[in-house]
Amino acid sequence: MAINFRKNAAKALKQDDIQINLKNVVSRLRDHRSAAFTDAALFEQLRLECKSIRERAVFRLPRLLEQLEGNLLRNGIQVHWAETTLQANQIVLDIMQRHQATFLVKGKSMVSEEMGINAFLASHGIECLESDLGEFIIQLANEKPAHIIVPAIHKNRKQIASLMHKYFPEMPYSEDIDILAAKARYFLRDKFCNAPVGMTGVNFMVAETGTLCLVENEGNGRMCTTVPPVHIAVTGIEKVIERLDDLPPLLSMLVRSATGQPITTYVNMISSPRREGEQDGPEEVHLVLLDNGRSNICGDMELQETLHCIRCGACINHCPVYRQIGGHAYDTVIPGPIGAILEPQKAGMDRYGELTQASTLCGACSEVCPVKIPIPKIINRLRWEAVRQDTCNVSGSCPARKPLEAVIWKIWSQVCSNPGLYRLLAQLVTRLRNCIPAAIWQGWTIARTPPKPARTTLHERLKAKGIDYE
Amino acid sequence: MKNVLSEKITTVYFYGTCLVDVFYPQAGVCAVELLQREGINVIYPQDQTCCGQPAWNSGYRNEALTVARTQLALFPKPIPIIVPSASCAGMMRVHYTEMFRDEPDASGAHDVAGRIFELTEFLVDVLGITLTDLGDPIKVAVHASCSAQREMGCATKMTKLLQQLCHVEVIEPENNAECCGFGGTFAVRQPEISSAMALEKVQTVLATGAHCVVSQDCGCLMNIGGAMEKQKQVMPHQHIAAFLWERTKG
Repeated sequence: MAINFRKNAAKALKQDDIQINLKNVVSRLRDHRSAAFTDAALFEQLRLECKSIRERAVFRLPRLLEQLEGNLLRNGIQVHWAETTLQANQIVLDIMQRHQATFLVKGKSMVSEEMGINAFLASHGIECLESDLGEFIIQLANEKPAHIIVPAIHKNRKQIASLMHKYFPEMPYSEDIDILAAKARYFLRDKFCNAPVGMTGVNFMVAETGTLCLVENEGNGRMCTTVPPVHIAVTGIEKVIERLDDLPPLLSMLVRSATGQPITTYVNMISSPRREGEQDGPEEVHLVLLDNGRSNICGDMELQETLHCIRCGACINHCPVYRQIGGHAYDTVIPGPIGAILEPQKAGMDRYGELTQASTLCGACSEVCPVKIPIPKIINRLRWEAVRQDTCNVSGSCPARKPLEAVIWKIWSQVCSNPGLYRLLAQLVTRLRNCIPAAIWQGWTIARTPPKPARTTLHERLKAKGIDYE
Repeated sequence: MKNVLSEKITTVYFYGTCLVDVFYPQAGVCAVELLQREGINVIYPQDQTCCGQPAWNSGYRNEALTVARTQLALFPKPIPIIVPSASCAGMMRVHYTEMFRDEPDASGAHDVAGRIFELTEFLVDVLGITLTDLGDPIKVAVHASCSAQREMGCATKMTKLLQQLCHVEVIEPENNAECCGFGGTFAVRQPEISSAMALEKVQTVLATGAHCVVSQDCGCLMNIGGAMEKQKQVMPHQHIAAFLWERTKG
């Protein structure tokens, strides 16, 4: 069913606390990022390099995935392919059941959100515990993440303190961040030690070495990938890169774009299960590679740039629309500008097509994108795909065409390609400036007075002035 | 292609844009006055209508193409085309090439695109205009449109012109890079978000304590000005051309 973005957004706009929390955190994230990129020329050079790395990887996606699989298997990492989220969930369930495991501790993973793994496993009697602090809070609140890097971006300290107090009644109410974090850490440590299975996402997969790279700041990812006897990594097929040498520039751009840090506190390079003689590490490592509509996006040079995304969240942080409404209004796994181009292509325009309207095309997203994804250009393209009549290049696109709207544009086109008629109508509008029914401005007048045409047109004024015309 | 600026500029085309035509014609007249005072002969093709941007951004590419094609025919002489809007100039400079890529008139579109100048960009970079301020001391808030900042890269040209005026204090509102929420059809398709953005922009502009707000784009002005008016705020809004002309005409 199609989402109702406009309605969701209107609802979000009325939630004052969300507004304030969001705007505070978003401005901080913007400041951190800009402090991390002080040299504009260097930034441009680095992002060109990153763009070409991602371009190269997505262009050769099938071949790189084969190479990746070969090297992962050689390293002892078991590889599972899932075309749909249901298949991916089933694969995870099978692994859990094989180990008779009823508990899973999770690092942060947007693909696991996409799979809806927590709910799926819960329906099979398996408990998932989020160990990323932000995700932990979201799980306590029984919500969905509102941001891909800062899941609890919409919550303030007071709200988090109440949640923690509610969940841990033995703990005195406190708004002290150190106390709250310490409580979570203490609680989680015990879980890490006893969890039979750890699950994480992956930031990059290196094809030539068969290595999974995972960055994080809390050490929970390191715990999930080293302490439990089984580690299951889940990720999208597009996360592959060709060479190990491709990694340093991407990591540098990813982290600086996301949080402004030069590097994350933890960089995990997972290249195999525990080897003989090693002190720690899981006995089994599994990688679940999810397609779920991603390969639909391949093949069209313009659209497939969507898959270049490295999930830094910079476009989200800089989007003026997201800044007003937050992540939940999008009703997607990935919100913001990147979500607005990715989700309709993955799941169909008929469902998510309205998200292509969630943009003023201001260009703030593409200005900060570390891999130069031309998001406004792709939005424009998708808007076309939604209404074109000849062919459908994006799944579920053609049903979005609205007959009345199409007729209006047809008339507009006729008028504006007929200068005499245009001049006549423009003059007419100026003469009727006091009689324009307010209803035609629709939502414009929620916050604005209706625009009022001038007394005469520029065409008339310049003609009267004797300006040359030909 | 021969560089349009390789010879001394004596004549230019003026492309007023549909928004200026109907809602802000005075801005267009002032822009022409500014150019003429610099000794430039201005040609205003009477057959101009709209650059096609509204349909292009709405996905109606064929309709946009038909309209844009009508505009291409207006500029036969190899001289600059001056547009008093960064948004429409961006459409014609950046997107025409892309729109017409697979069309028989691709080279015509490319030629026109290469001759497009946003007004302030032309005044500063090509004419090197010198302005003499004849007005009283005034504080002016500048609103840089998204197109001026990110597509045309000409937001600083407006500030440069204002800084030439010795009695004008230029103030940049906080968070100036943020979109005002106009976005063309966005304002009617997502009016709730658009309104929230406009109101926030109004707050930051009012907070400057300026006497008026100026911009290179009438779309933003219509949005910011309309939102101010709805709140019964009295800060006037003006297109940069109108502001500059009134301050310097004597």
